[in-house]
Amino acid sequence: MGLKEVLKPLGAWRQIARKPHTILVPRTPREAAERYRGFHVNDLEKCIGCGTCAAVCPNEAIDMVPVEGIEPRKGDSGFRPRIDYGRCCWCGLCVDSCPTTSLRMTNEYIWVRETPDDFVYIPGYDIKGFEEKEKGYRKEKDHSFTHYQRVPMRELPPEERVESFAEVVLGYAEEEARREADRCVGCGLCIAGCPDRMHIPDYIRAIASGEYARSVNIMYENNPFAELCGKVCTRRCESYCSLGHEGDPVAIRWLKRFATERFSDLKEVIKVRKAEAKDRSVGIIGAGPGGLTAAYYLALRGYKVTVYEAMPEPGGMTMAGIPKYRFPFPSLKKQVDFILSQGVELKLNYYVDPEKFRELMDRHDAIYIGVGLMKPWTLGVPGEDHPNVIYAIDFLRKVNFNEPVEIGKKVVVIGGGDVAMDAARVSRRLKAEVIVAYRRRKVDMPADHEEIEGAEEEGVEIWEKIIPIRVEDAPEGKVKLVYGKAKMVDQGPGRRPKPVLIEGEEYELVVDRIIVAIGQQADLSFLPEDVAEKIETERGRIKVNHRQMTSYPGIFAGGDVANRVADAISAIADGLRAVKGIELYFQGEVD
Amino acid sequence: MSKEEVRLFIGPQHPGVTGNMSVEVLLRGDTITWARTHIGYLHRGFEKLMERKIFIKSFPLVCRICVPEPDTNEENFARGLEELAGIEIPERAKWIRTLVLELSRLQMFIMWYGGIAGSMGLSTPVQWGIGDRDYILDLFEELTGGRIYHIYIMPGGVRKDLPEGFEERVLKVMDMVERRLPEYDEIIMENAVVQKRLKGLAKIPKEWVDEMGLTGPVARACGFPYDVRKDHPYEAYPHLDFDVITEDGCDAWSMLLVRRREIDLSIDLIRQIIEKMPRGEFLAPLPNVLYWKIPPGETYVKSESTRGEYGFYVVTDGSDKPRRVHVNGPSFVHGITLLERLLVGQNIADVAPIMVSLQTCPPEMER
Repeated sequence: MGLKEVLKPLGAWRQIARKPHTILVPRTPREAAERYRGFHVNDLEKCIGCGTCAAVCPNEAIDMVPVEGIEPRKGDSGFRPRIDYGRCCWCGLCVDSCPTTSLRMTNEYIWVRETPDDFVYIPGYDIKGFEEKEKGYRKEKDHSFTHYQRVPMRELPPEERVESFAEVVLGYAEEEARREADRCVGCGLCIAGCPDRMHIPDYIRAIASGEYARSVNIMYENNPFAELCGKVCTRRCESYCSLGHEGDPVAIRWLKRFATERFSDLKEVIKVRKAEAKDRSVGIIGAGPGGLTAAYYLALRGYKVTVYEAMPEPGGMTMAGIPKYRFPFPSLKKQVDFILSQGVELKLNYYVDPEKFRELMDRHDAIYIGVGLMKPWTLGVPGEDHPNVIYAIDFLRKVNFNEPVEIGKKVVVIGGGDVAMDAARVSRRLKAEVIVAYRRRKVDMPADHEEIEGAEEEGVEIWEKIIPIRVEDAPEGKVKLVYGKAKMVDQGPGRRPKPVLIEGEEYELVVDRIIVAIGQQADLSFLPEDVAEKIETERGRIKVNHRQMTSYPGIFAGGDVANRVADAISAIADGLRAVKGIELYFQGEVD
Repeated sequence: MSKEEVRLFIGPQHPGVTGNMSVEVLLRGDTITWARTHIGYLHRGFEKLMERKIFIKSFPLVCRICVPEPDTNEENFARGLEELAGIEIPERAKWIRTLVLELSRLQMFIMWYGGIAGSMGLSTPVQWGIGDRDYILDLFEELTGGRIYHIYIMPGGVRKDLPEGFEERVLKVMDMVERRLPEYDEIIMENAVVQKRLKGLAKIPKEWVDEMGLTGPVARACGFPYDVRKDHPYEAYPHLDFDVITEDGCDAWSMLLVRRREIDLSIDLIRQIIEKMPRGEFLAPLPNVLYWKIPPGETYVKSESTRGEYGFYVVTDGSDKPRRVHVNGPSFVHGITLLERLLVGQNIADVAPIMVSLQTCPPEMER
C-alpha cells in the first residue's frame, strides 16, 4: 500500500464528464415497460362483476360495488370492482384471475392528487385519464390461473347410437369430474340463471373436493330431480357462467349427473329432516317433475300428499316425452321411488275428469295442478287428418311405453324445437331416413345446439325455411307433403326474423310418415265449468301469482301448464315455490 | 454497566444494505464492550400471516421478507409448494427462475459493493451502486412488471415468458456492468482507506463457522467452500459450470473479496444461462388457485441467497392454507449471534462496516 492507493480513488472524477443515471421528471418523461403493473383499467362492458378479482386479492383492496348506469342482467351481477390503492400492492393477481379478461393494468405509475379519497376508485367508471393506454400488464389466456377448457364429455359414436336406445352421453370418470369441477371460480352468477336457484357453486365445490354425498345433499335441498337435471336440463345456468365469456362454461349439468349417478340408493345418501305430521292434505294432479317436487317437499313438511297420474307410470313428460337414450327409465325410477319413500301416495291410471276434480276438492285442503301440455298444436293445413300424419308427442309416448309404432322407411319431422329433435333421433333409431323441416333457419332453432349437432351426426338431414302448404295422399300407403320455401324478413333489432312464404312455388316430398312437432297446448277440459270460470288463463296457460296460486284460492298450478318456459327445471322451481305458497295459504296468507 | 461505560444505540437508521435495525452497545472509550441487536417492529408476522392466507395470496407477501433480493423467497416458497403438491415444472421455467435468481444476486451484490464503501464514509460508490443496479431493475421491470417486488415466480413456473429480445438486452447490461467494475475496483478495492480499515477487521475464528452455522460469503471468506448452488443444486444450477469461491482471510476484507468475485461469477452464470436456456412451456397448469388444497406434508427447501443459505420450511395439512411456514434466513445467525460477539472489542467507527460485511437483513430475522 502506498501513494498509488491514495491517488487511485481520485479516478472517480472521470465520472464528471459522463451523463448521469438520473432523469428530470416530469421534464423528461419515462414510460414504464410494456408489462409494467401500474394503475388498473377495467372494460365495464366486458366486466360481469363476478368478483373473482376481489376473491383473489391478497390485501382485500377490491370491493364489489354497484355502479350507476349498470343494471344486473343475465350473467352480470351489476357490481364492478372498486380498488383501494392504499391497500393495493400491484401484484396483478386480480388481472391473472379475471375470467373475462376485462381487468388489466396500465403502465401508468405517476398520479398525483391532494386527497387520499382520490385513490379509492372504480377503474373504468371513474375516469382517470389513462384508460386509453394500451401498454401494461395483461392476462395471457393460456398462461393464467383460469382454466378455460372444459373436460370433454365422452359419447357413444354416432353409428353405435342409432343401433339402440342406449344412453348417448357416457358421463365423467371421477378424475375428469373433479378436474372439471375445479375450474369453477365460485362467483355464483349461474344461480341467477337457474329457475330453481340451485346452490350451484356449493355442490360443484363439493364435487371438486371429492365430497359427493354432501354435493348430492346440497342439490336435494331444492331439487329432488337432480339426476334428471344432470341428464336433460336445459342448463341456462351454463350460459351465465363467468368462464363462458372467454372459454367453455363449467359443465354444470354433467357434474350434477356425475355426482347423482354415483349413488344407486338415495335413501342411504340423502339426509332428510322430516317435520311433524300435520293434518292438512294436498292433492296433486300430474306426476311430472313439478308435481312430484311439490309432493316431496310437502311430505317433508309433514303434509299428507296424494299424487294422481293418468298414465301407468309416474314422471310426466320425463317419462313419456324424453327419449330413453337421453334419460333412461331406471334413473327416473330411482328418483321417483325416493320421493315416494317420503310418504307420498301415488295413484296411477287415475284420469281426473270434472267429476273427479270436484271429489279431489272435497278430499284435499289444497290442489296443485301440474298436468303439463298434452295436446299437440296442429299444422292447420288441408289434409292434415291423413292417417300418416302423426304427432311427435304421441309418437314419443308410444315409443317410451314400448307400444307398437310403425313409421316406415322415410319420415319428415316438422318443427325445430327439442321435441322435434327427439322425434327425429328416435326415428333414426327405428331405422328410418329422417328429414327435419323447419320454417326458419338452423341458427334460429330453439332446440339445444348439442341436440341439433347430435341429430346431424346420426344422419338426420335438416332442411331450412320450409313452410308446409298441404298434405296429400300418395300411393303405396305413403303421404305427400306439399311445401313452399320461405324468405326471412327482418323484424328490426332484437327480434327474430319472420319466415314469409315465397308465393307461387310448390315442392313435393313423399314420405311414409309426417311427424308434427310444433309444440303442445294445455288441455284444461278436466276442470269443472264453475271452477274453470274462476281460473284465469293467459294465452292458453293458467295464470298464477308469485306463489303459484291461481285466481281460485287453494288451487295452485305450475309447470308447463302455467309456465311459458316449459322445461323440467322451471317445473321443479314452480313445484318448490308452490310448497311455500301452499304452506302460507294454510297459515291464512292468501297473497 | 460501570460508570466508565456509555450505553449507545446505533441505528435504527436505514442505511440501505443492512436494513432497518439497530445495535445497542456499551462503550468504554471508543471500544465496544457489549453489543445487542434490536430488530425493531417494522418487519414481523410474515409467517403467521401466511397461515391465514390461501397459498396464492402469500406470493405478494413472501417477496417482502427480503426487500433488495425478493426472488429467493418466491422461488423457495414456490418450490416448497410444488414439492408438497407434486407439481412438475417445465424445464424452461427452471432456467428462467435461475436467470431471475442470478440477476437478483447480481443487483444485490452491486448495491452491496457500493454500500460497503458507504459504511466507511465513501459516498461516491454508494451512488454508483444504486445507479448501476437500476439498469438491472429495468430488466426486471421489463420481465416481471415490477422493479423491486417481482411476484414473478409462481408455483408451476413463472408468470410470463421472456419478452422479445430480452436476452440481448440482458447481455448488454452485463457488458455495461463488466465495463464499470474496474472503475469500482479503482475507488473501492484499490483505495487505501478501504484496505486499511477492512484488512483484519472482524476476524472470525474459523470454528465459529460450524458452531454458529455461518453460511454464504461469511463462511466462504473463512475458507469453507459451502454454496447451496453447488452442494444441493436446484432449478437449473446442475447444468451450470462454476466453482465455489473461497478466501482464507476470515476478515471483512476477505468477505469483500468473496463478494467482488461473486459479481464476476453471477455475470458468467447469467451468460451461461442465456446460452443454454431451452425453449418451451414456462408454466405448468395449476389447480384452481382459489381453492387449491395441498395434501398433508412437510418439506425444507433451500437456496443460496447473497447472504447465505436461505431456507423455507413448509408444513401443509391438506387444507387450502399452510399449517406452518418457517423462513430460515442466514441473517438470523449473522445479524444476532455473530454480530453481537463480533462487535465486542471493536472500535465504534467499525460497527457500520461490520454490519454491512455481514450483510444483515432484519425482516428475515424477525419474520
